[in-house]
Amino acid sequence: MNLLYTDIEDDLRASVKDLLTDRAKAADVIARTETTEPYDLDLWRRLTELGAVSLHVPEELGGQGASTREVAVVMEELGRSVAPVPFLGSAVLATTALLGCKPSDEVRSLLDAIGSGEQIATLAISLATAPGSTVPDAIRSDSGLSGRVRSVADALPADVLLVPAQGGSGLELYAVPVAQPGVEVTPVTSLDLTRPVADVTLDRATGTLLAGPEAAEPAVDGALWTAAGLLASEQLGIAEWCLATTVAYLKDRHQFGRPVGSFQALKHRLADLWGDLVLARAAARNAADEPGQLSASVAQALCSTVALHAAEECVQLHGGIGMTWEHPAHLYLKRAKADSIALGTAGRHRQLLAPHANIPA
Amino acid sequence: MNEAQLRELTREFLAKNDPTTMDRLEFLRARFDAGLAWVHFPTGLGGLDLPREMQSVVDEELAGTPDNDPRRIGIGLGMAAPTILAFGTEEQKQRYLRPLWTGEEVWCQLFSEPGAGSDLAALGTRAVRDGDDWLMTGQKVWTSSAHTARFAILVARHDPDLPKHAGLTYFILDMTDPGVDVRPLRQITGEAEFNEVFMDNARVPDANRLGAVGEGWKVAQTTLMNERVAIGSRPAPRDGGMSGVVAETWRNHPENHTPDLHDRLLDLWTQSEALRLAGIRLRQQLAAGAPGPEGSAMKLAFARLAQELTGLEVELLGDDGLRYDDWTLRRPDKVDFTGREAGYRYLRAKGNSIEGGTSEVLRNIIAERVLGLPAEPRTDTKVAWKDLPR
Ligand SMILES: Cc1cc2nc3c(=O)[nH]c(=O)nc-3n(C[C@H](O)[C@H](O)[C@H](O)COP(=O)(O)OP(=O)(O)OC[C@H]3O[C@@H](n4cnc5c(N)ncnc54)[C@H](O)[C@@H]3O)c2cc1C
Repeated sequence: MNLLYTDIEDDLRASVKDLLTDRAKAADVIARTETTEPYDLDLWRRLTELGAVSLHVPEELGGQGASTREVAVVMEELGRSVAPVPFLGSAVLATTALLGCKPSDEVRSLLDAIGSGEQIATLAISLATAPGSTVPDAIRSDSGLSGRVRSVADALPADVLLVPAQGGSGLELYAVPVAQPGVEVTPVTSLDLTRPVADVTLDRATGTLLAGPEAAEPAVDGALWTAAGLLASEQLGIAEWCLATTVAYLKDRHQFGRPVGSFQALKHRLADLWGDLVLARAAARNAADEPGQLSASVAQALCSTVALHAAEECVQLHGGIGMTWEHPAHLYLKRAKADSIALGTAGRHRQLLAPHANIPA
Repeated sequence: MNEAQLRELTREFLAKNDPTTMDRLEFLRARFDAGLAWVHFPTGLGGLDLPREMQSVVDEELAGTPDNDPRRIGIGLGMAAPTILAFGTEEQKQRYLRPLWTGEEVWCQLFSEPGAGSDLAALGTRAVRDGDDWLMTGQKVWTSSAHTARFAILVARHDPDLPKHAGLTYFILDMTDPGVDVRPLRQITGEAEFNEVFMDNARVPDANRLGAVGEGWKVAQTTLMNERVAIGSRPAPRDGGMSGVVAETWRNHPENHTPDLHDRLLDLWTQSEALRLAGIRLRQQLAAGAPGPEGSAMKLAFARLAQELTGLEVELLGDDGLRYDDWTLRRPDKVDFTGREAGYRYLRAKGNSIEGGTSEVLRNIIAERVLGLPAEPRTDTKVAWKDLPR
């Protein structure tokens, strides 16, 4: 077990951070949220050029041959910058689901296309789906792929959807190109502005079968578990940004003739937040280092609460400026709130921990 | 020396010193002399000048052999020893460290006073020079294990005309001196783990001064830093601490289960697991030569979780939670947070956010030293101690 960051991870972080500092400035990120292009696909291309999009894909499948530890470092930085890129959908959910399928030619070429940025993919499943529950069966495969899935993350820029569908003898997983008459991706007004969700409607769409009844369920559930564990690192990045930004502001902002950061009522709140982050970091690193149900649920139960609390404190302790559209705090609050529902709420993950903790209901 | 060599050395030691036939104390003394007491201490003082984390190799090899019961001598191990090591003279190190480690001599900490707790630098116990000696007069409170202690680390005021921090000097006090009077202080648990200590011209040879005259505050900082680390980062297996105790109680009382208690317990269990991981992470940081301030966060979380878990446990017991095991005034010779019954654990845990620096003071320290937030305006640091309002 290694809960620290390796030198290689530090280097990776530095290059991702450089890119994001340069290309995902807060003002630009805010401005983009109200355009017709909510995703920054130029930034996405640059991330793929860094190899950051196929990190945990083995080298023999065309990836970087790294692990979830490195993916987690990228997630931290993306959380810290709330950059609008389809990383969770394409590099985590879809990629991990593909890694859970038999490496057929179709799977290989999809992994290649995702890793190179040629195609963007996502898993056509509501972002609110918790791992460890039965995979939803909104889509059926009996006569073409038909059905509707609400609130899918990163569907808007997707070229291909990985669709879990209920067939005659169980769950199947299909690769469904978006550019066909039977597929509709409908934007919705999303709480999270920088990872907007969308609804997916299939009407006798065609797709390629990637995994049949035996393999589809574990591939999809495995992707959800991995994504839940990695989401904790994004939440850590969000919380770190909120704490650092608030500390900096309170050192600078004067009221009553002194920096407001010298008032003990605020110092104690920030000290507590820092303490929460110490625990959150250990839990997130553990989930990245040893992906699994126990580590993912511990990390989710903790980090989603900590990130949300950090974002709420950030808004409150900024006073009026924290309520504005102009200040980026709201982007973090919206992301943190959406993340607290994504891939299982904290309460759901606590329940999932009951058997691990030997604390039966 | 690498890990394998240390392991070999430990095995050789064990081959030569059979704990099943040897007197317990003789075994511990031999272990100290072999450098296997605390390997990060210098050679000749119970150590081998090795990195601290290599101690685990020795502990693994010597598991099950007689130990020095850290719960009985925690203050000596965690606070007196590192301070003596950092500031003691060669004679002091030679004289005190060995019997401290073997547990032959118990230590206590004479810092807090009725008028000086969080604001330790305000303390008023006087140290007056008398030839080659010092005479100590004053009162200390909340002194854990003063009733079992042979020696004390003591901070006293040698000059009341200096500002509060500058007028302090640090000493080693012989608790058997006739000028020392120890009286039990009964706690909310019913027992008296701590004491009041009165000093009336208690005599301390100048040779028992730790650090220079006027350096008391600096020396005390070393003690306090070690206290916080000692409390916060104790290694524990999953469920080895309070969460394991309370989970066990939960399983034994299915008749009192409710969804609300279940969720609260799972929440506390999860946080305890994260605290355990944070401890592992902190030790990995130390091993990598990059210690961080995370220990203070761990002490905060430890106190909070101990209190919430034990509070939940009492609630979980239903009508058994209305009873207490024993209010008799006892003077225990060790500190055990998870010992006795739920009611005791609940009450004892209240001390976790007070002893070793209160949680409020710890938050001040984190805010100022870790986050770099500005200090509160102060009026007490430049004035002569004797002129401070009190
Ligand atoms: C079980 C136990 C064992 C102990 N063992 C020992 C021992 O062996 N040796 C020893 O020397 N001492 C010991 N202590 C004493 C302990 O270190 C002190 O109680 C502690 O430092 C607090 O001091 P105080 O009791 O004077 O409280 P005070 O300092 O008077 O504090 C009262 C309240 O004010 C708060 N407060 C104080 N200053 C500030 C501030 N600047 N900002 C915000 N809040 C503040 C405190 O947090 C507390 O809530 C022990 C205490 C306990 C409970």
